Amino acid sequence: MQRVAVTGAAAELIRRLTATHGPVMFHQSGGCCDGSSPMCYPDGEFRTGDADVHLGDLDVGLDRPVPVWMSRAQFAYWQHTHLTIDVVEGRGAGFSLEAPEGVRFLIRSRLLTDEEYAASGEQPQ
Amino acid sequence: MTVYAAPGSADSTIEVQSRYGHYIGGEWVAPVKGGYFENVTPVTGKPFTEVGRGTAEDIEAAIDAAWNAAPAWGSTSTTERANILLKIADRMEANLADLAVLETWENGKAVRETLNADIPLAIDHFRYFAGALRAQEGTISEVDGTTIAYHFHEPLGVVGQIIPWNFPILMAVWKLAPALAAGNAVVLKPAEQTPWSILKLVELVGDLLPPGVLNVVNGFGVEAGKPLASNPRIRKVAFTGETTTGRLIMQYASENIIPVTLELGGKSPNIFFDDVAAQNDAFYDKALEGFAMFALNQGEVCTCPSRALVQQSMYADFVPDAIARVEAIKLGNPLDDTTMMGAQASSDQLEKILSYLDIGRQEGAKVLTGGDRAKLDGDLAEGFYVQPTVFEGNNAMRIFQEEIFGPVLALTAFDDEADALKIANDTLYGLGAGLWTRDGSRMFRAGKAIQAGRVWTNCYHAYPAHAAFGGYKQSGIGRENHKMMLDHYQQTKNLLVSYSPDKLGFF
Repeated sequence: MQRVAVTGAAAELIRRLTATHGPVMFHQSGGCCDGSSPMCYPDGEFRTGDADVHLGDLDVGLDRPVPVWMSRAQFAYWQHTHLTIDVVEGRGAGFSLEAPEGVRFLIRSRLLTDEEYAASGEQPQ
Repeated sequence: MTVYAAPGSADSTIEVQSRYGHYIGGEWVAPVKGGYFENVTPVTGKPFTEVGRGTAEDIEAAIDAAWNAAPAWGSTSTTERANILLKIADRMEANLADLAVLETWENGKAVRETLNADIPLAIDHFRYFAGALRAQEGTISEVDGTTIAYHFHEPLGVVGQIIPWNFPILMAVWKLAPALAAGNAVVLKPAEQTPWSILKLVELVGDLLPPGVLNVVNGFGVEAGKPLASNPRIRKVAFTGETTTGRLIMQYASENIIPVTLELGGKSPNIFFDDVAAQNDAFYDKALEGFAMFALNQGEVCTCPSRALVQQSMYADFVPDAIARVEAIKLGNPLDDTTMMGAQASSDQLEKILSYLDIGRQEGAKVLTGGDRAKLDGDLAEGFYVQPTVFEGNNAMRIFQEEIFGPVLALTAFDDEADALKIANDTLYGLGAGLWTRDGSRMFRAGKAIQAGRVWTNCYHAYPAHAAFGGYKQSGIGRENHKMMLDHYQQTKNLLVSYSPDKLGFF
């Protein structure tokens, strides 16, 4: 069951960022200001650990799929939704790689279907 | 009614240059790599100036300047430093209206708020820390009759500060005032959405500080923020923002073994007990205002009371009154001093809020009012405006759990005090909370039980200096707005002195 997806425009941007910075990763943020935005870093720049959940990998036509992570505590509140990484014009803060390009990654969400939820193995809260 | 002229227009007293460099070593300098980026006012959605696009080279220059200044600044007398902070406050006060208007132009918030909250609070903050510094004392411990431990406060040296865009000047001052009072030199990076108003503040007060004590470098997080936060030559980093960047900053700090203070937001509950509606009096009216406080600063506040918890027994009576209060909010031109709510700070912020209006509906939350982008007329048509929105739902929904950072309230009912506390504490965060009741013992009992650093009791969104502000749980580390922040910018020197002539006898 796929929890994460990517729009065509975001995939294009990920390929461009990869060409400039090397392989990249995402970590979904929470909290103030630019919270709730997916942050894009050079792969390994942000250290994930036991406090994180690997939501899935994005296939954007690169040799290596792009991993997407979220903190485990946050996942407890997000697990019933499917996430799509999109891109919009704007200027994010944080250290996400796309900000200087005048664009910002954005999460679009939909509820998981009952079938998807059952397949995910997560228990409803 | 006053409508202030747009900064840079013929009728305005506020000058806007076509571009701004960095402020390093007391001088305005061009970015080393020569790059600039456009700065947009959310009022109209149009660019109005350019600011320096800083890189690691600019950060290094700023840290050089700061280290050149830090030893002398750190050894000035507390009287001297306090007096400089007081002069900064006086000059800001003499220019209060201009600072308020330019902050509104920068951020999009209603000028009514910048005139009466942001700038007066910033002024008072400098005065508070001037006073706190003068009154601060080291300690002496009499370990035994001939052994004394003396504890002195010393500055850290050069510190890095990364500022958010929701209160560009006030949040900068929350960090600057204690850092400067404590005797540190600062390299400050404003948010890339709001890089200009802090430069205008520096234009106004920069000459009051010795060159290099305050340095401001603008730029994008990945290009300027990271070289600052990860720099081995800073002794502390302070950040306000979101959790992923907060963790990344802690990670960099761990590499350099330096302290951090972090303020990472919240999802603050605002709890209304049924005794609020016992009488239709001034207090009831105050509580209705408390409900509408989620719209302050367009909801772009870390402590936005974005979850309203209303006791079931008064829900049917209270909620219609509260919704009527929300619907009376006047959305409009932020430069008009009768406007209550202005523009969101950026286009991507607008997009994010709209994405939450979508997920809220998908999850089955009911829109009681608002629910869409607001379209204004004329010059404001391209500005970033959202209707004050109230969703009715339950605490498991994502709109109840995530900081939307917009004028969006998630409303639910509770049965009794235990139920209220359970819902209030069912969140990752613990920055602020609101508690409304006429029952004094409940104020104490429930206020103590809410897991948040600040529980506003029969009030909300007051930010006086002298009241500690900071988060429990994932909301961060440290307490701003209080003299205890001096400690976060100081290290302790202990002289352990023996006044005894006698040896220990070990050797």
